Amino acid sequence: MSHPSQAANFLKDEKRAHWHDETLWFVREKRDLASKNIPEWEELRNLASGIKNHVLSKLDVYLEELEEKATANGIKVHWAKDAKEHNEIVLSILKEKKCKAIVKSKSILTEECHLNPFLEQHGVEVVDTDLGERIVQFLNQPPSHIVLPAIHLKKGDISEIFHEKLHTQKGNEDPVYLTHAARQHLRDKFMAAKVAVTGVNFAIPETGEFVVCTNEGNADMGVHLADVHIACMGIEKIIPRRADLGIFLRLLARSATGQSITNYNSHFRSPAPGKEIHLILVDNGRTNQLAREKFKNSLKCIRCGACMNTCPIYRRSGGYSYGSTVPGPIGSILSPGIDVKKYSTLPFASTLCGSCSDVCPVKINIHEQLYEWRQEITKAQGWTAKGMSMKMANGIFKSPLAYKISGKLLRSTLKTLPNSVIYNPLNTWGKNRDLPAVPKESFKEWYQKNRS
Amino acid sequence: MEVALFIPCYIDQFYPHVGKATLELLEKLGCNVTYPMDQTCCGQPMANSGFERDTEGTTRQFLETFKGFDYIVAPSGSCVLHIKEHQPKMDDLSEVQKEVQSKIFELSEFLTDVLKVGTIKGSFPHRIGFHSSCHGQRGLRLSSSSELNETPFSKAMDLFAGIEDLEVVNLTRKDECCGFGGTFAVSEEALSVQMGKDRLSDHLEHQVEIICGGDTSCLMHLQGIAERTNKPVKFMHLAEILNQAIS
Amino acid sequence: MVSKKQIMSSKELILSSIKKLSQEEQPLPAVPSFDESENTLETFQQSVKNNKGTIISELELVDLVNSGAYPKVYSGSRLIPDLKTFELPEKGTDLNDLDLAIIDGQLGVAENAAIWLEDENLGLRAVPFITQHLVIVLEKSKLVGNMHEAYSLIGSHYSGFGVFIAGPSKTADIEQSLVIGAHGAKSLRVVLV
Repeated sequence: MSHPSQAANFLKDEKRAHWHDETLWFVREKRDLASKNIPEWEELRNLASGIKNHVLSKLDVYLEELEEKATANGIKVHWAKDAKEHNEIVLSILKEKKCKAIVKSKSILTEECHLNPFLEQHGVEVVDTDLGERIVQFLNQPPSHIVLPAIHLKKGDISEIFHEKLHTQKGNEDPVYLTHAARQHLRDKFMAAKVAVTGVNFAIPETGEFVVCTNEGNADMGVHLADVHIACMGIEKIIPRRADLGIFLRLLARSATGQSITNYNSHFRSPAPGKEIHLILVDNGRTNQLAREKFKNSLKCIRCGACMNTCPIYRRSGGYSYGSTVPGPIGSILSPGIDVKKYSTLPFASTLCGSCSDVCPVKINIHEQLYEWRQEITKAQGWTAKGMSMKMANGIFKSPLAYKISGKLLRSTLKTLPNSVIYNPLNTWGKNRDLPAVPKESFKEWYQKNRS
Repeated sequence: MEVALFIPCYIDQFYPHVGKATLELLEKLGCNVTYPMDQTCCGQPMANSGFERDTEGTTRQFLETFKGFDYIVAPSGSCVLHIKEHQPKMDDLSEVQKEVQSKIFELSEFLTDVLKVGTIKGSFPHRIGFHSSCHGQRGLRLSSSSELNETPFSKAMDLFAGIEDLEVVNLTRKDECCGFGGTFAVSEEALSVQMGKDRLSDHLEHQVEIICGGDTSCLMHLQGIAERTNKPVKFMHLAEILNQAIS
Repeated sequence: MVSKKQIMSSKELILSSIKKLSQEEQPLPAVPSFDESENTLETFQQSVKNNKGTIISELELVDLVNSGAYPKVYSGSRLIPDLKTFELPEKGTDLNDLDLAIIDGQLGVAENAAIWLEDENLGLRAVPFITQHLVIVLEKSKLVGNMHEAYSLIGSHYSGFGVFIAGPSKTADIEQSLVIGAHGAKSLRVVLV
């Protein structure tokens, strides 16, 4: 389904859509406060952007250095060219350990690779341990937001599913009560798991370590109690030096939720005695994106979700309207690189307002890339301006008023524009909006009579 | 100083009074204004729909029409941004293109940065809400954006500062998009209308008489919704208020 | 004889597809230190509060340990010696009934109350996470202004595991309501000595 129809569905429940908008705007406001407490905020953004640009320009060198240092530290490094290979690597480790149940902390990469259904098909129970992720997992849904996976749900929805799955009191919607019920339930899972899977926020070639950030502590609960830690990272997650973490950790949480830092920022350099750490470096389309000059800097993304919280479209259409693993503005420039046909409507799900680019902590020019993807998509899809305007012209003849106005337009100044793409579909315009009154004469006509 | 007036196509067709106000205002401020008769659309609707490559004819026409003036001024941030950033590169006209792109200004930007009028002196006894168009704000940086950690500024507010009895309200969301977005207004009709309704509510909750803006396209969208839902509010372009207020 | 034409490994595939782009190297910016807050102690204390942690005195800690409210207490603190404790087990999972853990932090960051801990402070890596309540003891002299200063002090010092902890475990995944005690410690108390 296309973004417009999904968005229209979401907006049918106007009250709930309004609540969704307000909830995310609240997060955006917290972010504003936090960022404005840091006088050097804009300089930090410049630095982060510069560091990421540098990394992308010699990514091969850094990947090799990371592998070398991490291996020396006792971490087992794997390379996966795509999602399939990534999933198979995870499964092979589980088979070797004879492991049938894992705990997993939030990792957008494993969502992108559809690791959960793959493992479940092979008889492995996967327990997502981030509270929001566990909630959507109970509902068989993917996360609707990369930082706030269950942001589309109200506490009533969560109370209901917890009553069914965790036997909490029916109708008890108290977030404290529900969170503590999940704490108990997940603690049992942590105690039993032999293997824990996490994502990676940053990997440092200088030291051969990687960093995982959470607020709940679920990643650490998982990996420190299990025997084996499997960390999955996209190859773009590198920052060169440990000192660079100072910049990125200052930016990440403030941009994501308005906190000054995430609660737990764990640096994994070597496995604890008797344990194992596996690090999987995953391409899955990233080197293709790197080859696209106009779009490569989308790989600077640190997955803070700020562009979603600020996006007036995302806030009013919800994460699922995008139909992609990463929703929102950043998703709309990443997804077409994966499947241009499937995601062809996403770059058009924007007014190009530019808020995403201004909020981005690593200064990705998101709205400019949305514009560029539009140019690419019309080419790739073989859409022509003439075809588009014919389609729209078809629409006009249904409405006499629209016809009258567009007739006036066509008679007027738009000589070199292959029909007017924008003003033709006036019957769509007029569904919920009045048309401007048509004046007696155009400015040009007035000028000719009065001034020339 | 010879100034060419660029009047975007929808202003020409639907809002000729905005064109007139711009012309009169510039003349009152001492500019020698010409309206080149051969102008058409800037090509933005096509380019934003993904057909920038099909706007070469429009672009050529634009460059030929507007070359050679000291300045080009338009009462639209959106169209100016298009000329500056999204015209296809014209290899045989590259010098002209560079010149036109550097000499074109949105109205408030021209008054503030080129004419350096500081503020407009006059009177306009009304309570208004100002809608910053995104392309003007984040594209041309006509005012500070709420996402950035920067000293707040606004070229429109600077111009308003000297106008007596003009009250500009502080909106709850000072720079949220209205949802017009060109073709977005029809391709994502439901979202576009919802965004417009929300923007309108913010202004109405602050009891404004008039919603003012620097881009008529945003105002056309908001006005369309306001009229359909019988909201008691008027709409005026920045040029109209300045032109009426100026003494 | 081994065929010369071998299938590329994924590693070779990934690296070669990056190399063949022949990208021009972009400069790596230097990291400035930026101005630190003037009153590091006060800022740190405020940040702890903001993160829903509390500051307690050494005396209050001793009372807490002796109050009997926490049946199972582990202390690895050297800064406050002779607290009630026990020998850590081999496995983290054996600590599921741990009520209170007291450990030393290496340095604290004023801007966000993040406290740096390494393997040598933790005993077992699971300790600060699995315990129901956590106390971190920190020397006042080890407070720094911001994260840049923190990393310049940490340097590349080797520890298999290191962590910045900034508060009690928390979540806002249910309608953005902040709830303390998601999976890790339900409270964080900081003792400044």
